[in-house]
Amino acid sequence: MNAETITLAIAAAADLVAAILFILALGGLSKQETARGGIVYGIAGMAIAVIATLVLVLEQQAWIGVGLLVAALIIGGAIGLWRAAKVEMTGMPQFIALMHSFVGLAAVLIGWNGYLAEGEIAPALEGVHRGEVFVGVFIGAVTFTGSIIAFLKLSERMKSAPLVLPGRNWWNLLALVLFVAATVWFILDPQLWLLVVVTIIALLLGLHLVASIGGGDMPVVISMLNSYSGWAAAASGFLLDSDLLIVTGALVGSSGAYLSYIMCKAMNRSFISVILGGYGIAAPAKKGEEEQGEIHEIGVQEAAQTLAEAKSVIITPGYGMAVAQAQYPVAELTRQLRDRGIEVRFGIHPVAGRLPGHMNVLLAEAKVPYDIVLEMDEINEDFASTSVVLVIGANDTVNPAAAEEPGSPIAGMPVLHVWEAEEVIVFKRSMASGYAGVQNPLFYRDNTRMLFGDAKERVEEIVRALVSVSA
Amino acid sequence: MRIGIVAESAAGETRVAGTPSTVAQLIKLGYQVTVERGAGVDASFPDADFEAAGAAIGDAATAWGADVVLAINAPSDAELARLHDGATLVAWLSPGLNPELVDRLAARPITALAVDAVPRISRAQSMDVLSSTANIAGYRAVVEAANEFGRFFTGQVTAAGKVPPAKVLVAGAGVAGLAAIGAASSLGAIVRATDPRPEVADQVKSIGGTYLPVEVAVEQSADGYAKATSADYDAAAARLYAEQARDVDIIITTANIPGRKAPVLITAADVAAMKSGSVIVDLAAANGGNVEGTVPGEKIVTANGVTIIGYTDLARRLPAQASQLYGQNLVNLLKLLTPGKDGVLTLDHEDIVQRAITVVQGGEKLWPPPPVSVSAAPPQAAAAEAPAVAAKKPFPVAGKVALVAVGLAALLAVDAIAPAPLPQHITVLALAVVIGFYVIGKVAHALHTPLMSVTNAISGIVVVGAMLQLSVDDWTVRILAFVGALLVSINIFGGFAVTRRMLRMFQKDVAR
Repeated sequence: MNAETITLAIAAAADLVAAILFILALGGLSKQETARGGIVYGIAGMAIAVIATLVLVLEQQAWIGVGLLVAALIIGGAIGLWRAAKVEMTGMPQFIALMHSFVGLAAVLIGWNGYLAEGEIAPALEGVHRGEVFVGVFIGAVTFTGSIIAFLKLSERMKSAPLVLPGRNWWNLLALVLFVAATVWFILDPQLWLLVVVTIIALLLGLHLVASIGGGDMPVVISMLNSYSGWAAAASGFLLDSDLLIVTGALVGSSGAYLSYIMCKAMNRSFISVILGGYGIAAPAKKGEEEQGEIHEIGVQEAAQTLAEAKSVIITPGYGMAVAQAQYPVAELTRQLRDRGIEVRFGIHPVAGRLPGHMNVLLAEAKVPYDIVLEMDEINEDFASTSVVLVIGANDTVNPAAAEEPGSPIAGMPVLHVWEAEEVIVFKRSMASGYAGVQNPLFYRDNTRMLFGDAKERVEEIVRALVSVSA
Repeated sequence: MRIGIVAESAAGETRVAGTPSTVAQLIKLGYQVTVERGAGVDASFPDADFEAAGAAIGDAATAWGADVVLAINAPSDAELARLHDGATLVAWLSPGLNPELVDRLAARPITALAVDAVPRISRAQSMDVLSSTANIAGYRAVVEAANEFGRFFTGQVTAAGKVPPAKVLVAGAGVAGLAAIGAASSLGAIVRATDPRPEVADQVKSIGGTYLPVEVAVEQSADGYAKATSADYDAAAARLYAEQARDVDIIITTANIPGRKAPVLITAADVAAMKSGSVIVDLAAANGGNVEGTVPGEKIVTANGVTIIGYTDLARRLPAQASQLYGQNLVNLLKLLTPGKDGVLTLDHEDIVQRAITVVQGGEKLWPPPPVSVSAAPPQAAAAEAPAVAAKKPFPVAGKVALVAVGLAALLAVDAIAPAPLPQHITVLALAVVIGFYVIGKVAHALHTPLMSVTNAISGIVVVGAMLQLSVDDWTVRILAFVGALLVSINIFGGFAVTRRMLRMFQKDVAR
């Protein structure tokens, strides 16, 4: 055995170890207690994979390549660490969307390189190789522009309303058909212009796919793009003949797909209808839906009094809490109430916020102990025996219409049954409807009190008022 | 189809199986309704009110001759003969206690549904006549007790002196017990409650009572586990009741075990120890009584002046309310049996609720039903409670199987035809996808955001590809690979760092 084959064998073994470490990293996330250990596995796996590849590159004595590589790792690493330290927890959705776009773009570049530097390929595999180039570039490009649009929508640099082109599903279908046709052509006759055309088609498809999905469906879109970025990595793995890339890509891809599935179930929507868009438009403007009534306002002092007299309180936060940055005052309120012996818990709807688990992260940031933060299914039965529910910046996820009005566009979507509690206090900036654009009859219920204004300021005022209120 | 609501012929019955408000709901379900003349008179529902609600008034033969007959009590032979062939009878049949009634029903080509046999699952709560009746009995027990008790329930300080509040003990915190606790505490009494299930303590507290646990002296046994025998428990419970009997003014007992003789909770000695003027209401009187000395159906006064009420017709003493609740239970049942809202009653034996109540169908005896597994109920319950999504067709099983088969066949074909190394890659991909789904399925919901940032970081593994391409001797390729490597390094470092940051924030509540 010469030195080169030994290095190759070691590199293959390193790939296997890295793949297993990645599986362990994801497995560690199943519980809070093991999650931090999981990260260590992930970092170790990545380090092993990178070092093994580095050794391979050094072996070839391509010094320019090594220099560029080290430069890329240092610059990219520095940017990554800097952004990771600076990003606000409320800005997590757009941060993650942006990161998806990087993987997508990288997959496009690798695909292009796969064409430009074909290397030596057995004639039997030439067609396969060209097909792989196209699939990799296509998925990568869709992920790239899709994620960029998601990023723009989430960071409110672009309005979140869905873009509606006439016959939009046909556009998507046309793009797919063109892609398949171009792939066949390319396999038979590899022309550069075909690659350029397919890249452009895929970029446009990604753009259109996500632009036509409304902001309310963003949790699904993010997980979907997460999945795409995984498949893009797996496609690169096929191209480069690397099992490690395939395994990792498949792990990430199935992870994203699973999350999308959970999100869709939580909204009672079919996956197809989400990725093809069509929520806000499909919602029939049912006549007589402007079910109005009288709303009951409540003041800060009164709200504090109500809370002080409560036996148990459930807080159901939504995206509005993130927008108002109200998690810190909410945590402070929680502490004060618990010090008074009042049971305080949080009820989190699976699609609260703009990405899966968003609320949990925000509450954890504000040091709310995670064992009082419960999922919808764990807490839904308890609302009936709860004195006060605080709805902070949530709307569609607490809409009784989903459970009670079969004609409502969100009918059948599982929601938090906040209205069963003795009293509900809703923190809201105005009477505007939620992302789904559906009226919320909760606001007109007799046991609902509205507290208008910025959630952060209002909660802070309640915290101050509580000091002077006795139970 | 036509529904008949009949006048009850049983002695002492005051209730009726429908009220004007439930009749209106039945008509909405697409039925025509005939009410027997005078059926609701004892429950204060005059015929005119039924007519106003849209029902026709008819004689006994018309009501009994309807397609669906709603009644409360089991029919007499004469009444049974009036049913036409193929009719459906819905009533409180107690099929478990009356096998000969089941035989009589099966002798006719009819369908008989026993409303009291509704399984106790959450979906069927709205049809549970046992709960409705127990609720009424619990409330009425307090009213009867207050009627006999020579004092106020609530404590007052008046110009004529101080009045102490009455003390009430409720034995058994089931539906009837909880109703009694609620009624007594809203009258102002001090209410205590006992129950062998400690988990009801919160329910007792929530409606104003104090839960008295049966405190068993726990001995440290040889194996180190705390252990209490049932004899110890019974002794401790007896001590508790003896102690309470001396102290309280009113005792309401509700301990009923279906199909068995009721347990004796209050002994003759306990009764003798009570103050003169005290009142006991025994809701288990029909089943033998929880109190020594109870006479079913009677009110007696003991030698030391304690009144023991053993009425077995408490629900009949609130006929309007009892009829309304019973009638509403029947409406809810018929909603289930009339899925099309078209006035056509259909029985679906796949549905456990419908199967459980079917005693006789078309002359065939179907009692007893197969046992209901309660744990299997919740998913079904969810499906039934969301009729709004009924329009969405569930994916047919056959279609699913076919899809899986096609997928596997395609995989097989590709794997067999494709040149190496493609088959190996596909194998790896397929296995990794399967592992991925299993691993991700276990991730806690709260950790989904960290999961995404970790997957983000590890999808940066494409850096490996970019690295290999960097060594190609072509500047275009190098620059593209450099940009790719740079972008995904942001992912790797940024992804891991931000995940660590998030996970550090998750902390358990150590202070408590």
